[in-house]
Amino acid sequence: MFEAIAANRRKSAFLVVLMAVLLAALGYALGELYGKHGGPVGVAIAAVVWLVLTLVAYAQGDQIFLSMSGARKIGPQDLPVLWNVVEEMTLAAGLPRMPSVYVIDDPAPNAFATGRSPETASVAVTAGLLKRLDRDELQGVIAHELGHIKNRDILLMLFAGVLMGAIVLLADVGLRSWLWGGGRSRRSSNDGGGAQIIFVVLAIVLMILAPLMAQLVYFAVSRRREYLADASSAVFTRYPEGLARALEKIAAAPPSSLRGVSRATAPMYIVNPLAAAAKQSNAAALTATHPPVAERIRILRSMSGASLADYDAMYNRVTGKGSVVPKASLADDPHAGAGLRIQGAQWREGQAAAPTAATAAPAAPAAPARARARSVDDFFYGQDGWGRLTCQCGAVLKVPPQLHGVRLRCPRCRTEHQVR
Amino acid sequence: MIALLIVLGIIVVLGAAIVGVYNGLVRLRNQVKEAWAQVDVQLKRRFDLIPNLMETVKGYMHHERETLESVTQARAAVAGAGAGSLGDRAQAEGALGMALGRLFAVAESYPDLKASTNFLALQEELTSTENKIGFARQYYNQSVMTFNNKVEMFPSNIVAGIFNFAKSEFFELKEPEQREAPKVKFD
Repeated sequence: MFEAIAANRRKSAFLVVLMAVLLAALGYALGELYGKHGGPVGVAIAAVVWLVLTLVAYAQGDQIFLSMSGARKIGPQDLPVLWNVVEEMTLAAGLPRMPSVYVIDDPAPNAFATGRSPETASVAVTAGLLKRLDRDELQGVIAHELGHIKNRDILLMLFAGVLMGAIVLLADVGLRSWLWGGGRSRRSSNDGGGAQIIFVVLAIVLMILAPLMAQLVYFAVSRRREYLADASSAVFTRYPEGLARALEKIAAAPPSSLRGVSRATAPMYIVNPLAAAAKQSNAAALTATHPPVAERIRILRSMSGASLADYDAMYNRVTGKGSVVPKASLADDPHAGAGLRIQGAQWREGQAAAPTAATAAPAAPAAPARARARSVDDFFYGQDGWGRLTCQCGAVLKVPPQLHGVRLRCPRCRTEHQVR
Repeated sequence: MIALLIVLGIIVVLGAAIVGVYNGLVRLRNQVKEAWAQVDVQLKRRFDLIPNLMETVKGYMHHERETLESVTQARAAVAGAGAGSLGDRAQAEGALGMALGRLFAVAESYPDLKASTNFLALQEELTSTENKIGFARQYYNQSVMTFNNKVEMFPSNIVAGIFNFAKSEFFELKEPEQREAPKVKFD
């Protein structure tokens, strides 16, 4: 795992440098467009824009992102199953601290992780996800998100997102102001030669291409991260089938967009939260933020063990591409040969081959889907200030928060209740 | 003069390598300790939850004295094994896990008990604790393996030998005896 993180850091550094160079080039071109030796000034402006955005993102990025998506923080008593699953996966991943847990009142099933370090990370899941998934499936999804945290993807995506944002912003401002007649070359056509014209053309091309290039780099990295997080999920839970089933259920849900999501934040989620992306063609594969769900499921289903090496082999077979797990971490994979969890809580570990029937307390009987959906609903109603009235016949009436001083009749046994 | 510089250079490089390996070993040893602390916390949590569970099920399961007693006894054995070796402790904890598993299996046939919200909450709590023990153990054993590999493999084993880094022990919940096949009665 440590090697995977180290390899990840190197790749992240390379990516950030690549995008930074793009940003500097854009700043330089913009500067030259506006003044004879304006290049350095342009670079300086670009640097300031980037610095401000980075500082804001580093200090407040996760909070901004969470509040944009309408996420609410919960405690251990609010949704005990969710809380327990996050705690379990924190232990499996060996994270230094349990991430804060957030829920989003949205019927579309989705989840994301954010934060700048494992110590300050948060995970958020939607109500739609909680209602649809059973315990094993939820575990797979949470393990995937904690994989993002463990692999330091959250910081990488934060930085990459900011760089992309800065590039898009500068290119947009530059292109617009130039089109509306701001540039020096427009006003005085006689102070430059052929070289100047070439430069202007170059600057315009850069302004148009830089945002596209930045997005391509960003999305390419994002797709790799998704595969790696899937692999981590399999290693943590020893049960790839859980995540596979979860992805299947998520993919089967009717496509609907989540609130407060843009192209820049879409890569953070476990599946693409933008409805339009649901039906993507092969031509759009380059600009896809996530790998095709069907492919992810096929890799997970065909794993024979639960190690990184198993995942890598199946990735190779299913996609026909090389390898997704960094070589160094394969060499030092402590799980090589690790068995799958067989059923419930029984599994086998690498060196210790003896099956551990000791963890034989049966998994909680799969809570019937309706009871699960009801408990999730109850939580959100409670959060919104709805009252609860329990009738003597056993029915529970939900009372809207504005309703006071009226008499309500129980729909089942017709008893009248006074609402205070 | 040049020879002296070369010798000095070799000593510096060697010293730096030793420091690096030593720090790596210390980091791994601390990781093992930390991972063990997590296992320990969860084992204690299970230990503390059991009296609550017994109190809840007592009223419902009149005909299961044997099952209830085996849990109580296994819990007492865990308390006794606390000071013993890791192997003893693992055996006691394994037995407790099995006794609890039997209790929950038997509880399936008591609809009143399964309708009790108190019991359901305790069941989720204990199931989750059982999972946490499993996952914490998984991470602990994984950390132990990484550490032991470093202690045994060349060249870090030289540094480990000089500074007395001893291998850590795996924590395996052993099965005390073969589980009896469930008895089916027709009457």
